[in-house]
Amino acid sequence: MSDTATKAFSVIGKSVPKIDGREKVTGKARYTGDLKVPGMLIGKILRSPHAHARILSIDTSKAEKLPGVEAVITAKDVPSTFYGISPARYDETILAIDKVIQVGDKVAAVAAVDEETAVKALGLIAVEYEVLPAVLDPLKAMDEDQPQVHPQYERNISVEIHQNFGDVEKAFQESHLVRTDCFEGNRATHVPMEPHAAISKWEDGKLTIWSSTQSPHYFQYHIARVFDLKMGDVRVMKTFVGGGFGGKLEPSAAEYVSAALAMKTGRPVRVVFDRKEVFFHNRGRHAQHIELTTGVTKEGKILGVHAKFIIDGGSYTGLGIASAYYAGAMLPLIYDFDHFKFDGFRVHTNLPSCAAQRGHGAPQPRFAFESQLDMIAKDLHMDPIEIRKVNARRPNTTTLNDLKVNSCEFTACLEKAAEISDWAGKKGKLPPGQGIGIGCGGFVTGAGYPIYRTRLPQASAVIKVSEQGDTATLYIGAVDIGQGSDTILAQMAAEAMGINYEDVRIVSADTETTPHDFGAYASRQTLMSGHAVKQAGDEIRRQILELAAELLEANVEDVDIDRRIVFVKGSPEKMLTFENVANEFFIRKGPLVGKGSYTPPKLGGKYKGAAVGTSPAYSFAAQISQVDVDEETGQVMVTNVWDVHDCGTVINPNLLHAQVEGALFMGMGEAMYEQVLFDDKGKPVNANLGEYRVPTALDVPQVTSELVDSYEPAGPWGVKEVGEGATLPTMGCYANAIYDAIGVRIYDLPLTPEKVWRAVQERKKQG
Amino acid sequence: MTTAIKKGKLHVVRLNVNGEEHAALVKANTTLLDLLREEFDYTGTKKGCELGDCGACTVLMDDKPVTSCLVLAVEADGHSVTTIEGVEQEGKLDRVQEEFIKHVAVQCGYCTPGMILSAKALLARNPHPSEREVREAIAGNLCRCTGYGRIVKAILAAAETNI
Repeated sequence: MSDTATKAFSVIGKSVPKIDGREKVTGKARYTGDLKVPGMLIGKILRSPHAHARILSIDTSKAEKLPGVEAVITAKDVPSTFYGISPARYDETILAIDKVIQVGDKVAAVAAVDEETAVKALGLIAVEYEVLPAVLDPLKAMDEDQPQVHPQYERNISVEIHQNFGDVEKAFQESHLVRTDCFEGNRATHVPMEPHAAISKWEDGKLTIWSSTQSPHYFQYHIARVFDLKMGDVRVMKTFVGGGFGGKLEPSAAEYVSAALAMKTGRPVRVVFDRKEVFFHNRGRHAQHIELTTGVTKEGKILGVHAKFIIDGGSYTGLGIASAYYAGAMLPLIYDFDHFKFDGFRVHTNLPSCAAQRGHGAPQPRFAFESQLDMIAKDLHMDPIEIRKVNARRPNTTTLNDLKVNSCEFTACLEKAAEISDWAGKKGKLPPGQGIGIGCGGFVTGAGYPIYRTRLPQASAVIKVSEQGDTATLYIGAVDIGQGSDTILAQMAAEAMGINYEDVRIVSADTETTPHDFGAYASRQTLMSGHAVKQAGDEIRRQILELAAELLEANVEDVDIDRRIVFVKGSPEKMLTFENVANEFFIRKGPLVGKGSYTPPKLGGKYKGAAVGTSPAYSFAAQISQVDVDEETGQVMVTNVWDVHDCGTVINPNLLHAQVEGALFMGMGEAMYEQVLFDDKGKPVNANLGEYRVPTALDVPQVTSELVDSYEPAGPWGVKEVGEGATLPTMGCYANAIYDAIGVRIYDLPLTPEKVWRAVQERKKQG
Repeated sequence: MTTAIKKGKLHVVRLNVNGEEHAALVKANTTLLDLLREEFDYTGTKKGCELGDCGACTVLMDDKPVTSCLVLAVEADGHSVTTIEGVEQEGKLDRVQEEFIKHVAVQCGYCTPGMILSAKALLARNPHPSEREVREAIAGNLCRCTGYGRIVKAILAAAETNI
């Protein structure tokens, strides 16, 4: 352990209140849809009623004549530049060109003086379609007779992955037991409470966008490219964001269309999605069809794994390419084995696009793996926790796919989860209908490489101390979407400088005033942005100490600072305040600033796709749940969940546990209730919050979140991931508890009462 | 404007919002939500679904919680409405607000105004609710960040301090 691990901290490690808590509880926090820019128009998008159709003609003349309508645009009025995330798969345009490929695809847009006029105008646009056969079944999408969603992707293959590590066939031959099982995931979606929103302003050749975004930087990059502007002429400002969960990581039609309409009208334009449009835009969880083969010794040691995936990508690629790689890349993380084969296909269908959602491509494969591991344990007459301990990753190891793991307290997580849940007292001992199950997970602390090729650092920060020295402002590109990054980064800045949390102000996530950062995704900011903040804070501290040494006539190495008091070690009477020194600094030398940036070391192997899954550090988690199942109705009541997370040093305990609880809650919704459903024409039938069932306060169990001692050498002060890791174990954890309760195994998500009931009937039939 | 009123296209509504009298000319289909947000700039009242499913637009109408997206502005005529902006009194946070901050019952904050108003309504009619009663009272307010546990604890703590 380093020195900082054992040092008592003044500001970090404490549950200070959220920096924006007061604004949020008083309703003063303004989200993008709350802003009114003078002269602002309202933009609305005309969306396709068909899953797959050729656009034969669009007549906008009637809409244009409607009083109050300022602009009507179709594909011919906007750049036809294709966009996406990976250049080889730029396949989406601002408005559909010639063809629509999903219900809800973007066909035309209007800007009008108010929403009602805009909606009325949409109704006056006449579009003639030639309806085409649609691809709706991902398992058939690659068949020869299927229509093609995009002309450039033959057999609708969006991404094809074949990775082979070691010799999995040989491993299976040497195994005592080899099992193959198939699992099906569900199309879940983020459901941020705030729908996507953007306001664009076009003035003097400069585009300004206020947006509900997880990454001002990526938005600036993509929007500048699509509109052929200099990045410096595009300013993206995050407002308060009402939840993201991955769904606001790529720019949406809210940004592109509002920008196009602003350019056309010369007036600011606001586009706010309605709830249905959020479902159309989607970018949520891919439904994965997983075939998993695992070979083990009779002691339960995993020798080899072969994972095959077909995942439903829907209409466009976007970040979905990364989801496809993440599906396999995270499997070798938490259990140590040597032989692994990963075959994956991401296919296009004429359904809404799937991309990044909390845990990216990893939670459903983890559901499959955790379920199968329990089946293997049963076959071997082993305790589920025992088989996990046999295979648990150790610290300072490298996975077979070249992911370097430093800190890893996975075994401690397993042991503590067993202890706090009273596993030994409950496993096999609960009354009929009740059960207990375990599921585990682990996740990256930031992706090792940015989404597009660039040599920019991952994160950077500037701190400016006020002329009076009484406050300091942290300027940082990191993005607070509710998880609390502004709060913990302010704590880190205060700790590094030697001042109090209350003395720190923060300006964040504005491409013009704050230095570059890639944003809120892949659980990256505490470690990556945190490094930049620490460096910036350390630079301020050094400058303060140097001047203080001069003023106090002491050696600089003898001077220290804590909570605003600068003092000579051993002679506490020789002291100054931070304020005095900072003020004197400004008088003598001008602005007192510190800056920092963070670039991770070169990570990962050399095979195709090796970048996905790399990270400076990994979290680990074990989850145990207890359920009560009604065999008559198939109703499952999860009564308790215990989560034990290995997340390194904790900056703010309350915020940290809130992240674990939230991540677990999202996994719970996906495990039990959530699925976007479609009719036989590809139209979503539950694209609203009444029928797409997000858990309510009555549906959630008691959650106990605990930690294990851990220190991550790659993180500032020893920090690592927390925001996504706890989503991964939940689905498998619940499925395993249901099996323990009533002896039925559900292979497909969500674990609905109907599936449980049917499985019970099947079990009864078979006696 | 006068012609529109005479033709019955616009209606005068008078309502008390957070203790202040307001008047506006509204269309028959204008919702209370849009009136509050767009006309009066009480944007603390959030729009999440416009179908009464999510509860983000919850306000108190005559002290009872309503989803303001399902109330027409004309229906609010003559009534008193409390939005989140009216909960803080003279710069002092309400107990519920304080406990929300203390328990980190707030993450993105988008459900928070509606959640706090549902909690206020509960505590007004039932000052000492059980945990189950708290969960029932906020079951119409969806939150996607917290998993509700901290919200429930915050409301129970506010009830405790009200004794």
